[in-house]
Amino acid sequence: MFLGKVIGNVWATRKYSALDSFKMMFVQPINYEHRETGEPIIAVDTVGAGPGEIIIYITASEAVIPLPVDMAPVDASIVGIVDTINK
Amino acid sequence: MFLGKVIGTVWSTKKDENLVGAKFLIVKQLDLNYNEKENFVVAVDSVGAGEGEVVLVATGSSSRQTEFTKNKPVDAVIMAIVDKLDIALKEYLSKQEVE
Repeated sequence: MFLGKVIGNVWATRKYSALDSFKMMFVQPINYEHRETGEPIIAVDTVGAGPGEIIIYITASEAVIPLPVDMAPVDASIVGIVDTINK
Repeated sequence: MFLGKVIGTVWSTKKDENLVGAKFLIVKQLDLNYNEKENFVVAVDSVGAGEGEVVLVATGSSSRQTEFTKNKPVDAVIMAIVDKLDIALKEYLSKQEVE
């Protein structure tokens, strides 16, 4: 699981049919000090996150587990909205 | 997933028998301003994308999670055609231009 910041969303009408009802967000990976790390990625939103929010996301094939479908070609999904980070 | 642009097609006659019927497209990665980056992948199409279209590509084992690519030797699949990007935090757009 990684930390990221939602920076925008992606509009796609034509997508793999199992994903029809899901939002896709642009996520900038960040570290625990809120510094950006690496390139922005696109993740499926399962929790209702919005632009500017710090979120937790997961990657690889487990990214499909939070979705209520058996199979979907998703390699990143947002699974939580972060309230605070203590370090 | 990453953002990319379809720039071409790959034709292959002799291939793994599981891949018969697959459409291979060359997808070049894009940044938030639609500028092309250097890296590209050959991806199997699952949505009917064509040349010049902006698409999303899922990679790794997730790309085997479609009806067609299940248990097949595939590690990149096109899973959406992008209509519009809405980057609410504008500073990220300008940041990429500077780089």
